[in-house]
Amino acid sequence: MSVGTFGDYGGQYVPEALMPAVEELADAYERYVLENEDGFVDELRRHLRDFGGRPTPLQRAAALSERYGHDVYLKREDLLHGGAHKLNNALGQVLLAQYMGKERIVAETGAGQHGTATAMACAYLDVDCEIYMGRTDINRQRPNVFRMRTHDAAVNAVDAGSGTLKEAINATLRDWATNVEDTHYVIGSVVGPHPFPSMVRDFQAVISEEAREQAIEQIGDLPEAVVACAGGGSNTMGSFANFLEDESVALYAVEAGGDAITVEEETGVAPHSASLSAGEDGVLHGARTKLLQTEEGQVVESHSVSAGLDYAGVGPELAHLVDQGRVEPVHVDDDAALTAFHRLSQDEGIIPALESSHAIAYLEDADFDGPVVVTLSGRGDKDLDTVIEESERRDVAAAPSMGVFTE
Amino acid sequence: MGERAIRAAFEGGPALVPYVVAGDPDPEATEAYVEALVRGGADVVELGLPFSEPIADGPTIESGIRRALDAGMTPSRYLDLVADLDVDVPIVTMTYYNLLFRYGDGDVEPFVADAAAAGVDGLIVPDLPVEESGPLREACEQHDLALVFIVAPTTTEDRIERIVEQASGFVYVQARLGTTGARADVSEQTYESLDRLPDADVPTAVGFGVSSGEQARAIVAGGADGVVAGSVFVDIVASGENVADRLERTAADIKAGATEASSASSVSEPERT
Repeated sequence: MSVGTFGDYGGQYVPEALMPAVEELADAYERYVLENEDGFVDELRRHLRDFGGRPTPLQRAAALSERYGHDVYLKREDLLHGGAHKLNNALGQVLLAQYMGKERIVAETGAGQHGTATAMACAYLDVDCEIYMGRTDINRQRPNVFRMRTHDAAVNAVDAGSGTLKEAINATLRDWATNVEDTHYVIGSVVGPHPFPSMVRDFQAVISEEAREQAIEQIGDLPEAVVACAGGGSNTMGSFANFLEDESVALYAVEAGGDAITVEEETGVAPHSASLSAGEDGVLHGARTKLLQTEEGQVVESHSVSAGLDYAGVGPELAHLVDQGRVEPVHVDDDAALTAFHRLSQDEGIIPALESSHAIAYLEDADFDGPVVVTLSGRGDKDLDTVIEESERRDVAAAPSMGVFTE
Repeated sequence: MGERAIRAAFEGGPALVPYVVAGDPDPEATEAYVEALVRGGADVVELGLPFSEPIADGPTIESGIRRALDAGMTPSRYLDLVADLDVDVPIVTMTYYNLLFRYGDGDVEPFVADAAAAGVDGLIVPDLPVEESGPLREACEQHDLALVFIVAPTTTEDRIERIVEQASGFVYVQARLGTTGARADVSEQTYESLDRLPDADVPTAVGFGVSSGEQARAIVAGGADGVVAGSVFVDIVASGENVADRLERTAADIKAGATEASSASSVSEPERT
C-alpha cells in the first residue's frame, strides 16, 4: 500500500533498487526526527543555533509597511549561515545520514543554494559530498559553484535536457541508485518519495515555529497572512507548517510566473514554473504531485529568471493543501520579481534572493489590511550577475544603471 | 497472447528479451529493427515507450529516448506502431508511470485497454514499486497483460517474496546496482540475486549490462530463465550503420550463449566469470 500520502499526492514511485533505502530512511526519520532517538533533535537544534545562527529575526520592514499601508514583517532566513533557509534541511539530513552510518552524501542543486548548504554541512560534519548541477544553472550561478568547491565538494555538471534542476535530480537519483548502500541523497526540497516531503518539511518548520512565536511577541497577535515563494516548496512548507492550524492566517504560495502562464506545446517549454497554478496531476521524481507536462505526460522544461524556482514539479503536500483550499497559489512574473529585488535593495538595504523577490513582489498585487509575514528565504548576492543583465535587457523600472561599470 | 504468451516464450529454453526504443530514430525503422531482432532469435521484445525523465536508464538508453521524443513519438503513436508490427513474439512495453497515468487522465486502465487491443502482452514500469502498483495490476489482470516487476541487488528478503507473489509474465532480475548500460562482465550481484529468488512458477530474466553471448552463457548457467539486453542494441541503432543486420547478429550471438549454457548446465556446475 502507498505510504506517505497527502490526499491523492505523495507516495513512493521509485525504482526497486531504491525502495530499501527509502524504507530505511523512513524508519530513521520516524526514530530520530519524530521520536528524538539518541537525542538527534537536540543535537540538530544545537548545530542550528551555534553553527547556523538561529533564531533568525522577524524584522518589521518600515519602507514596505509605509508603501503598502499595512505592517510587513520579513522572516530573515537570508541571515542564516550560508545566506539561505536551505541550511535547515541540509544540516538535518547530513546529520541524519551520520546517525544512519552513511559515509557519502549526494545532492542536486538548482540555484546552488541547496548545494552550497549541503557542501557546508558536510564540511562542518566531515562527510564526503558530491553535488549535481545542470550546466545552465552552473553558468548562471557561478558564485555558488565556487562556494561548493571551496567547501571541497565535487560538483558534476549535468548536460541533459535544459541543464536545470529537473535534470540534476535525475542524475542524482541515478548516482543514489548506483551507490545506495553507503550513500544518502540529500533532497533539497519537499519533493521526492516518502519520507522526503514530510522530513524536509519538519526540518524547515523551524521557520514558522520561530515566526509564529516572534509574531505573537512582537505584534501581539498572529499575522493576517504569510507569504512565501514556491519552487519545489521547502521554504513554503517551512513558512506555513506551524500556521496550518491557525485558520485566521491566510497562506500564499507565490510561484514563478516567468514570462507568461502558458505551455508552448510545439517546443514543450513552459515559460514559467507555476506548477501549483497551472500544473496537472502526474508522477515525477518519486511522488504523485502537480506537474508542468504536455497532454501526453512528458514533463516540460520550465522557466524562471530565478534558478531556484525553475522546477516543473512541486511538493505533494503543497499540492494537497492547494486542493483543500488552505493554501492559495498565486504567481508573479519575472519583471515584477526583478522590480521587487531592486525595491527591497534600495528601500530596506537588503538584497533578496530572486526566489524571495517573488514573494516581495506579490505584496504589490495583494490587498492586505493587517500585518503580513513574508519569508525572505535567502540573500541575493548569488543573483547579482543575472539581475544586472536581465534588468538592462528588460528595462526594469526600478533598476539603477550599471552600464557605466559593465561597458 | 498476453501473460500466457510471455510465459510460453520462456518454455522452449532460455529466452532472449532484447530492448529497443520505439521511434528511435523513427517508427518505420523500429518496425524493421524489431523484425531483425526476432530473426536473430528474440523470444520476447521489450519496446520502450519514451518518457522525458528516464531515471532508471543510463546514458545510452536516455539518448535513444531523446531521439525518439525529438522524432515525435507519443503514447498513441506507440500503440499504432505496435499494432502495425508483423512479428510472432510477445511485446512488452517498458515505460514510466506518468505516461500511463496521463493517458487516462489519472486512470491507468485506458492505456492498458488500448495496449492490449494494440497487441501489447506485458508492461515493465521501473518507477512503480509493488506498493504503488495496485491500480495498474488490477487493470493488467482485467486485460490479461503481464506486469513485470524488478528485483534489485538491494531488494530485501521480504520484498522479494512480495514481488514474486505479485509479478506476472517474468521477474526481471537487475544484474547490478545503477542504471541500464552495457557492461563487459557479469556482476557477482547477479548470482546472489538469482540464488535468493525462491522457486516460483514465474520465470526469471536478468538484465542491466548484458551485452554478449559470453555474459548470457554465464547468466543462464547461474540459473536464469532468460536474459534482457538493451543498451547494446540501442548503441547499434545510434550508430546508424547496417543497423538491422547488426541487431540480428548480436541477438543471435546472445541467444546462442544462453542456449549453450542451458544444454551444458544440466551436467556441470556453472562456471562463474
